Amino acid sequence: MELNNNIKKDKTLNVRDLINERKKSKTISQYIEKMVPHFLKIVTAISILTTCFIVFTLLTETVSFFKQVPLLDFFSGTKLKPLSQNPEFGILPLVIGTLYSSLIAMIVAAPIGLMSAIFLSEYASDNLRKIMKPLLEILAGIPTIVYGFFAFTFVTPLLKMFVPGLETTNILSPGIVMGIMIIPMIASLSEDAMHSVPNSIREGALALGATKLEVTLRVVIPAALSGIISSFVLAISRAIGETMIVTIASGSSKQLTFDITQSMQTMTAYIVEVTSGDAAAGSTIYYSLYAVAMTLFIFTLLMNLFARYISKRFREEY
Amino acid sequence: MDYIDKSIIMKKINTRRWMNGFARGLFFLATSFGLVVLLILIARIISQGIGWINMDFLTGKLSTQVDKAGIFGAVLGTFWLMVVVAPITMFIGVCTAIYIELYMKKGKFKSIIQTNISNLAGVPSIVYGILGLTIFVRLLQLGNVVLAGGLTMSLLVLPIVVIASQEAIRAVPTHLSEASYGLGATKWQTIRNVILPAALPGILTGAILALSRAIGETAPLVVLGIPALLLPFPGGILDKFTVLPMQIYYWTLDSSLTAEYANLAAATIITLLFFLFFLNATAIFIRNKFQKKY
Amino acid sequence: MSTVIMNKDKNVSNHHQKLTLAKFKPKQKIVYQTNNLNLWYDDVHALKNINLSIGHQEVTAIIGPSGCGKSSFLKTLNRMVELVPGVRITGDITYSGKNILSKSFSVEELRTQVGMVFQKPNPFPKSIYENIAYGPKIHGIRNKKILNEIVEHSLRRAYLWDDVKDRLKQNAYDLSGGQQQRLCIARCLAINPDVILMDEPTSALDPNSTLQIEELIKDLKKEYSIVIVTHNMQQAARISDKTAFFLHGEVIEYDQTNLIFSNPVDKRTSDYINGDFG
Repeated sequence: MELNNNIKKDKTLNVRDLINERKKSKTISQYIEKMVPHFLKIVTAISILTTCFIVFTLLTETVSFFKQVPLLDFFSGTKLKPLSQNPEFGILPLVIGTLYSSLIAMIVAAPIGLMSAIFLSEYASDNLRKIMKPLLEILAGIPTIVYGFFAFTFVTPLLKMFVPGLETTNILSPGIVMGIMIIPMIASLSEDAMHSVPNSIREGALALGATKLEVTLRVVIPAALSGIISSFVLAISRAIGETMIVTIASGSSKQLTFDITQSMQTMTAYIVEVTSGDAAAGSTIYYSLYAVAMTLFIFTLLMNLFARYISKRFREEY
Repeated sequence: MDYIDKSIIMKKINTRRWMNGFARGLFFLATSFGLVVLLILIARIISQGIGWINMDFLTGKLSTQVDKAGIFGAVLGTFWLMVVVAPITMFIGVCTAIYIELYMKKGKFKSIIQTNISNLAGVPSIVYGILGLTIFVRLLQLGNVVLAGGLTMSLLVLPIVVIASQEAIRAVPTHLSEASYGLGATKWQTIRNVILPAALPGILTGAILALSRAIGETAPLVVLGIPALLLPFPGGILDKFTVLPMQIYYWTLDSSLTAEYANLAAATIITLLFFLFFLNATAIFIRNKFQKKY
Repeated sequence: MSTVIMNKDKNVSNHHQKLTLAKFKPKQKIVYQTNNLNLWYDDVHALKNINLSIGHQEVTAIIGPSGCGKSSFLKTLNRMVELVPGVRITGDITYSGKNILSKSFSVEELRTQVGMVFQKPNPFPKSIYENIAYGPKIHGIRNKKILNEIVEHSLRRAYLWDDVKDRLKQNAYDLSGGQQQRLCIARCLAINPDVILMDEPTSALDPNSTLQIEELIKDLKKEYSIVIVTHNMQQAARISDKTAFFLHGEVIEYDQTNLIFSNPVDKRTSDYINGDFG
């Protein structure tokens, strides 16, 4: 240590002088320093701009649509015949199709997803959880087109063996497959919510002699309820906006029906059908595309805002 | 003294314990259900498509004849699409995340932007398709070329990159930036030299996951009007193109007429899943390899 | 930056300043002088009317219980405290003749002249070499030869050169905790500051590393003015020339270290030093 003591800082190197020398040429870097936030601000505006673009394009063309088709006819009409001689644009068949497919999906996904979340959060050992959760999340990473293929070429033929009268295109099969697709979403988000319930609360109940099941049902789930509900809402929103599975496996029947063995068209599938048909810009069919997309956009936006609201408003503070 | 009859409790305890065991089994079965379906799905697709995968299929042109059909055009299309999507989303996504996390003051405006971005992440992909159709294909007259598809996809996956980058930046411990400020570094010097390098693995992981979303996404491209059969290979971002998911879509639809098309679709799915697997493995590798202790 | 700096009339505090200065020998050089320094975190009044002078090439220790404002004071001296949102400062701090709280004063310039060592060793996740070269590089020194020289000199100065000269390219996190802290000191020396602020630099280290850092501090004071915040009163007694005792955001007592520890004037100081503190 004593060896170094005789080094005098000013003799060997005068870093300060070097720094001061460089300072004169620092105007460029000061300029950069000032410009960076402005530049970033402009780039950030793109995200806002995207929203504005979406709302603007949907809104203008939707307005044009409602100049040709009265609002009431659109929302209460039970007949959707865009291509007939006397076209009718009632959105109800599409709404029913969308509701049915989402409902079937939730009937599959809500219980299975929630039970998976309970198992992963409360029952599984840490090691098992570390293996099973990522495996389950693979399901969420598979492209929807693959699910569409699976529903159409595997699940529908399989279901035909049990459900008499099932059409080749029907709403049941894509509904079920969509449910499988959103299981990991519910499982993962609910598990996060349950995982953040502190252990001390569990231990309090366990110490009174409660079983794990009772702790889960009476303590953990109530405490994590906002997160669980918000995961359900997000899953419904995802199901409403899902396109490829229903387009492939549910066909394009615009009949108003409540029979799940029949083909039904969802809002998303309608958009696909109209755009693939090369509707001429300016025609009523072309505008109907935007009206349907607007309805879809508002549906999902409200759902997403609602989910955010629940998980924020009712978040338990521990 | 005995308000509680212990013998009744003991009897009930057995039932409660049995219920707990039953529930445990039920929950396990539920968790396995998803995994079993995953297994069936993969097994089914592989058994159906693996026999159709050979060099001719991977390097051949699309064709109406089942035996001669190849997917090289779609692979190229997917590649060109990534050439557009990757730099655009990385650049805009990281800039946006830096601005929100490091320059914006806390307040109402910031929370509006934040809500806006998470809402954009929840907008159905088909709505982005309509946006792309209206703005890029029709308004800007790009036509249904790679650039139009790529810009649409970029907007679609942008929120994913922004959110992942924000999380990565937030995870950089403040004592690192403090050390830099303490040496007289300016804010931008600190961001560029300390915060971004430390956040890079997280940012890259997010970007790769966003890319894999873009690779598998079909709906927006259907809306843009990507043609069913395209013979010339795309050579740049201004050429017309098709991608793997589009090819799966059309072959699946055609399979109700000719059953063999389903096998072609399955073979294409295997190719697509292989790419996705490769991308995700890269993401995991980056996360493990470059994860730094601070 | 949501900081508002208000400069009160400087003449108001002149009287006070004389009182504080009177304690020092006439030829004592002063690097820092604070006048009526007040600091708020939102509504919390964390520093109250601080009037302190910090001597040239001396070690000034700041002691006091947690939450007494000693860290806030230290971080105000290089304006790092402004990184905390909602901070408000009034009064002024004179550093080599200039008021550093004035808006026109560049924080970057200040922090080039006033280095800082933190509570937990915080090397960058880069190589040992890059850690030291970081400061000179951001200030525009790119010449490889000069950088090499600076790195070697700074590491030697922090007694780290012999430990690391063969592995300068290795990640700084491969070093032990004590070595990491010496690396942080070396990093700070690389831009040749006049003052080094140390925020409990040994609180995360084992006794042996602590001793080495203390030796280093004693040695560094030959060339640098050092302000050190510490929890450890023995440490203050061992290494410092002057000691300030902070309590609830106020300076209770400030004097020569030996006087503070042998013959404190204020009862609260003696209570704290003797460990009778509630």
